[in-house]
Amino acid sequence: MPEPLDQVLHLIFDEYQEQLLEKWVESQLHSDGFRSYLVQEDELREQCSSFVTLFVNCFSKKNHPDMTSDAWAPMAALLTDIAKRRTNQGFTPSETATFVFSLKRPLFHLIKEQSQADAKVTERLWEISLVLDTLGLFTTEVYLATREEVITRQREEMFELSCPVVQLWDGVLGLPIIGTLDSKRTQLVMESLLETLSSTQSEITIIDITGVPVVDTLTAQHLIRTVSAAQLMGARCIISGIRPQIAQTMVHLGVSLGDVVTKSTMAAAIKYAFEFQGLEVNPINK
Amino acid sequence: MLNSEYVPIKMEEDLLLVRKCVRQLASSVGFGVLDMTRLMTAAVELGRNTLIHGKGGHMRAVIVVKDKAKGIRLDFEDAGPGIPDLDLALTDGYTSKDGMGLGLSGAKRLVNEFTVIPVTPRGVRIIAISWLDE
Ligand SMILES: Nc1ncnc2c1ncn2[C@@H]1O[C@H](COP(=O)(O)OP(=O)(O)O)[C@@H](O)[C@H]1O
Ligand SMILES: [Mg+2]
Repeated sequence: MPEPLDQVLHLIFDEYQEQLLEKWVESQLHSDGFRSYLVQEDELREQCSSFVTLFVNCFSKKNHPDMTSDAWAPMAALLTDIAKRRTNQGFTPSETATFVFSLKRPLFHLIKEQSQADAKVTERLWEISLVLDTLGLFTTEVYLATREEVITRQREEMFELSCPVVQLWDGVLGLPIIGTLDSKRTQLVMESLLETLSSTQSEITIIDITGVPVVDTLTAQHLIRTVSAAQLMGARCIISGIRPQIAQTMVHLGVSLGDVVTKSTMAAAIKYAFEFQGLEVNPINK
Repeated sequence: MLNSEYVPIKMEEDLLLVRKCVRQLASSVGFGVLDMTRLMTAAVELGRNTLIHGKGGHMRAVIVVKDKAKGIRLDFEDAGPGIPDLDLALTDGYTSKDGMGLGLSGAKRLVNEFTVIPVTPRGVRIIAISWLDE
């Protein structure tokens, strides 16, 4: 049977390419669960058109799709571009893969129309292939979800490492915060701060937020919470590293950090802490 | 170059992407560090509302051009319960949960144009625009 089927394919590629493309685009636009707001119609149309042209071209040169071969290189490039775009546009892996799979229905349909093959057999073959596609896509989704879990876990571990509480001087702790102060992280920061406060008997904590990109209302709430917890342990808090753009934005946002002492730099905060302890830093007299 | 970005907002981590995407667009348009910080902060506030009050949704960010001015439009949409009383929601300090109640009103102050549109059957869409002043 291979010969007649090849003839049918050539016929379709030569005579029915337009129709195939039209049917394909239509079927995607109207398929259940197609999220039309993710991609514009002309973009989809253009991608489909490029795909069909390349598919006919590559397939005629070499039937077996070896994506590393020269014959299929243009197709590999197109699919890479489409997949990257779709990732950024918010499509799921399955939705992205379905772009290619969805050509099968209109193509099979044309083959059925143009060939003398047994309609029942082709229909059944189609159904079976659909089942297998769905199962295959399912494994991809699970695979990716698992990877994402791994990444999230690694991120959490990194978070833990990146909240060090350091002793700057006798009785003075430093808490440099780098990145986003979300709820999970605040919890970690607070725990290690309270622990260190009690084990070192420190009386001053400098929380430095030079490395915090934005202070939104939740970040402010977390900072205030951390400060109150330290104050409950009898420690005094200084917040340093509030950059000018952050300070201005906070004013417009309407948030204030209460009556906490703030200093623009960590150095100014250390100086303040020394003064509070009755210390002074002087050059050595030779 | 693709001038439009889409960011799904389904979990806390997505807000990092919201911030990153706004930063990228803002710097490509030529926003200075202050305007960029203001817009990123507004975006994080609105994004968190989408996540917490709207039960998830998405943000679309685009570069917009009007006459000769360039700006960035952020468009947040969710399918949550919606905002029944907008004036109340925009009151400084009002929160229906345990927030500071300054996100919505604060974000409005941080951008040039701010529009809240109810979505049928449920949800809200908030469009915030910041123009680059030359
Ligand atoms: N996307 C939204 N969907 C439903 N309600 C919202 C949304 N955004 C804001 N709100 C309502 O407006 C109130 C004020 O919002 P906001 O100023 O950000 O304060 P907060 O988030 O701290 O509660 C919220 O408590 C909530 O009731
Ligand atoms: Mg809020």
